[in-house]
Amino acid sequence: MDFTQYTTGAPIADAKAPEGPIAERWDRRRFEAKLVNPANRRKHTVIVVGTGLAGGAAGATLGEQGYHVEQFCYQDSPRRAHSIAAQGGINAAKNYRNDGDSIHRLFYDTVKGGDFRARESNVHRLAQISVEIIDQCVAQGVPFAREYGGLLDTRSFGGVQVSRTFYARGQTGQQLLLGAYQALSRQIAAGTVTLHARTEMLDLIVIDGRARGIVARDLVTGEISSHFADAVVLATGGYGNVFYLSTNAMNSNATAIWRAHRRGAYLANPCFTQIHPTCIPRTGDHQSKLTLMSESLRNDGRIWVPKAQGDQRPANEIPEDERDYYLERIYPSFGNLVPRDIASRAAKNVCDEGRGVGPGGQGVYLDFADAIERMGRAKVEEKYGNLFDMYARITAENPYEVPMRIYPAVHYTMGGLWVDYDLQTTVPGLFAVGEANFSDHGANRLGASALMQGLGDGYFVLPSTINDYLARAPLGDRPDASHPAVAEVLAETEDRIRLLLAVDGDRTPDSFHRELGELMWEFCGMARTEEGLRKALDRIPQIREEFWRRIKVPGTGEEFNQSLEKANRVVDYLELAELMCLDALHRAESCGGHFRTESQTPDGEAARRDEEFGYAAAWEFTETGAAPVLHKEDLVFEYVHPTQRSYA
Amino acid sequence: MKLKLRVWRQRDAGASGTMATYEVDGISPDMSFLEMLDTLNEDLILRGEDPVAFDHDCREGICGACSLVINGDAHGPERTTTCQLHMRSFADGDTIDVEPWRAAAFPVVKDLVVDRSSFDRIIQAGGYVSVPTGAAPEAHATPVPKPDADFAFEHAECIGCGACVAACPNGSAMLFTSAKINHLNVLPQGAPERETRVLDMVATMDEEGFGGCTLTGECATACPKGIPLPSITAMNKEWLRANRKVKR
Amino acid sequence: MAVSGLMMLGYLAAHVLGNLKVFFGPQEFNEYGHWLRTMGAPVLHQEWALWIVRIGLLAAVVAHGVAAYQLSRRDIRARPVSYAHKRKRASYATRTMRWGGIILALFIVWHILDLTTLTVNENAQPGRPYENVVATFSTWYGNVIYLTAMLALGLHIRHGFWSAAQTLGAGSATRDRALKAAANGLALVLTAGFVAVPVAVMTGVVS
Repeated sequence: MDFTQYTTGAPIADAKAPEGPIAERWDRRRFEAKLVNPANRRKHTVIVVGTGLAGGAAGATLGEQGYHVEQFCYQDSPRRAHSIAAQGGINAAKNYRNDGDSIHRLFYDTVKGGDFRARESNVHRLAQISVEIIDQCVAQGVPFAREYGGLLDTRSFGGVQVSRTFYARGQTGQQLLLGAYQALSRQIAAGTVTLHARTEMLDLIVIDGRARGIVARDLVTGEISSHFADAVVLATGGYGNVFYLSTNAMNSNATAIWRAHRRGAYLANPCFTQIHPTCIPRTGDHQSKLTLMSESLRNDGRIWVPKAQGDQRPANEIPEDERDYYLERIYPSFGNLVPRDIASRAAKNVCDEGRGVGPGGQGVYLDFADAIERMGRAKVEEKYGNLFDMYARITAENPYEVPMRIYPAVHYTMGGLWVDYDLQTTVPGLFAVGEANFSDHGANRLGASALMQGLGDGYFVLPSTINDYLARAPLGDRPDASHPAVAEVLAETEDRIRLLLAVDGDRTPDSFHRELGELMWEFCGMARTEEGLRKALDRIPQIREEFWRRIKVPGTGEEFNQSLEKANRVVDYLELAELMCLDALHRAESCGGHFRTESQTPDGEAARRDEEFGYAAAWEFTETGAAPVLHKEDLVFEYVHPTQRSYA
Repeated sequence: MKLKLRVWRQRDAGASGTMATYEVDGISPDMSFLEMLDTLNEDLILRGEDPVAFDHDCREGICGACSLVINGDAHGPERTTTCQLHMRSFADGDTIDVEPWRAAAFPVVKDLVVDRSSFDRIIQAGGYVSVPTGAAPEAHATPVPKPDADFAFEHAECIGCGACVAACPNGSAMLFTSAKINHLNVLPQGAPERETRVLDMVATMDEEGFGGCTLTGECATACPKGIPLPSITAMNKEWLRANRKVKR
Repeated sequence: MAVSGLMMLGYLAAHVLGNLKVFFGPQEFNEYGHWLRTMGAPVLHQEWALWIVRIGLLAAVVAHGVAAYQLSRRDIRARPVSYAHKRKRASYATRTMRWGGIILALFIVWHILDLTTLTVNENAQPGRPYENVVATFSTWYGNVIYLTAMLALGLHIRHGFWSAAQTLGAGSATRDRALKAAANGLALVLTAGFVAVPVAVMTGVVS
């Protein structure tokens, strides 16, 4: 059966968000939710997979509430989760600047920034919680930047007109994550959280329609074991590594969410990926990952390429009138400060025209010569010194003297497991928090909002909503490994591992991952066409078939085996990629990070088609390579009315 | 570039290990050190040999996973993490020795991978502020003088990689422990647990089998985040102060 | 280590001052030697004060040695496998703390046998410290032993004084340069002061 011949199933709706004025919904939901008696909480076990902002915060908070938490991470320590790499900051509607910010404005900006593909109720709750997040983090000792009066400093970020972004130099993610890690450590010491480090979730155990545990592999010994609980929380991050090259950590992967999807959790809007315009370009085929530089660089740097194709002269030798400052030319009013998706796409266009610079022509200049002339080198150094140093370290070029080269890179995935207002997936008892779910960013995430959502879900939303599930669900006795359903999942996992080791072919896991990534980048990257997506959809099953014929994984399954870990993740990328392409194909409109070349305004802007596509697309798995079922969740906008973006 | 690598190979924690020699060719000076090892591993896999295991994740110098001693230096010749070290720091034809972190408290898991969970246990002993979610006062209720906030941040930058322990001839974890103590103890939020934090964390550090400090300064030289040596002095001061205040 | 080290350092400062009296001739030096025995009189009985100092000093030496032994044991246990790629680490003074300490311990034993109990001093005359000092430094081995030990002492003080300040929490980023200078200065002054005596004997300034 052709994968693209998907069927449309029953519409899906969020049954948990209460009616009424949007500002009162979260209070109402918390009041209506059933509670678990404190004395009974220790009898409940909750599995949390992942220890990033969302997972670490959730594990710590559930532990504080008295639940028993089994927490998993593939890293050697919970402190290494990739949230740590976030640079810019975290938004909160504190209005400390008295500059007109409010919860409603943060809500409004986020819905609009998401190009009207997010759920209003969720976004409003996020904006409400944002102020509590800052309080919580400060109390934990997170060393946010402060002013001389001892109060917190804020800055404006990502083209927003209010200064609502709290930051800790260029390491906000690190400091927030360490705060969550420390809170989690406190619970580990208290015995409420049991940590399983270097343990990777490989499958979900569903019994009688409810998530009751996971199958995990101990990455040191290779032992595959089952773990049981009354609820399972996935906080496993995004799936940007499907593109091979991204700004994600090398081991960030999609296995947990994809396996949950295969067990019945719907995956929503998988094609919504964010591509960040200011990354350091690749230097060659050896490139293993890409590094982001804060987009604040666009505040003072000017972006250009040579006017002529294939111009090989060094940047400094290209005279002013032979340079094309294309963003300033096309978008005279916003210039170099157009939103991420527009800047990224424009860079791709000029490179496709053969005017790109640097190795392989995959780069554009970000030039600070004018800024240095205007502000003086010292001022530029003060503002961007650490970014310039980072650039110099990686490229061995001095950005004070030659223009930086930048190119867009995959950075964040807005899509993820479909969840309701309670953050529960379509599998009862399975929750998804942080980047792993799809809920709050619509088709495009605003800068400094990922940290807000991760911590909001982990500290405040999930710990409130999970009580309701645990109090109401007829959980009965906790299953154990003797349950036939468990034996089945375990056997499937073991078979998959055994098969990967048995093929003994002639291609490495990385070579397949790279091939898939290049295909996705070309056809499901910054600009997508029906023709390209169909090509990718033809090609992916062929790669998958070749994978199972030619994969080579050395060693055994009963040891520390990083090639095996990698190969097993590629198995899931090869299926997820197909769904991403299908989602991109079916959504014949442009919105946010999803740009369909066929759907653009006469001046080349993304053209949304709200009438046809004003919904979240939740996909139901059938079988590998077989057409999935689409469930539409209609998005209703009562407070923020859809408008077309314009930056010209 | 063509290079000779001598790499520590050890099958698992219980096995004995040895330095094995490999040659790699076609190395670009733009590669990171880990990408050079990726190249070696791709070759090894295709030859049917066991690739070299090493810890790595973010590859942008912040997660603290990467942990190689390169030519006797933790994280190699530049003051950065291994993932941010580039091959242009080496010359064509060089022989490079690659070893795991060496310390009794960091047992080898496999090849270049070590177990650093002892660091987690030091944090669990008191490297936090006891503030359950929801119990926080308004963020502006307690102003923090900017110098204190900056001091806290400077120490909070520690990425927990363990280079300090690897570089220390005594396998001491004083710099790591002091970084967290100084971060939290200087802040008003950390004040209520100031004494117990330093006493408990130092006690756990000792129990985990880390060596004592003889102030060789190797730790601060190796630290990719520049945690300064006086950090240790400040911790000693905190510890003495706590011992005076707390009788137990 | 820090506290016992500082106690010994205080003693050494007094010791070097006393030593330098040798330049004022046999009478003054021998009178000084005699005073050491009567110091504290008439409150204290003959030699009581001296014995109190000696006991305090012995305690400091033992504490310093025991602590050094324990610390070394612990440090060696914490780093059971060394790197295959060897390279020089830390400063010379830092690297030689252990061996320097052992040299100094051996020296102290010889020094007591030589000039206190006079057991190994062939030309010893009880109650004539000046002549005994001259006798010691008139032999080549006396000079070699003494000069080696004083060099070790200088290095030991250089790292030891600064380290003691760190251990006791007295250092800070702003004070670090001053502390290092003080450590270097102390090491230099003490070494020079002690070395001055044998050099003077060798060159005939003191005879």
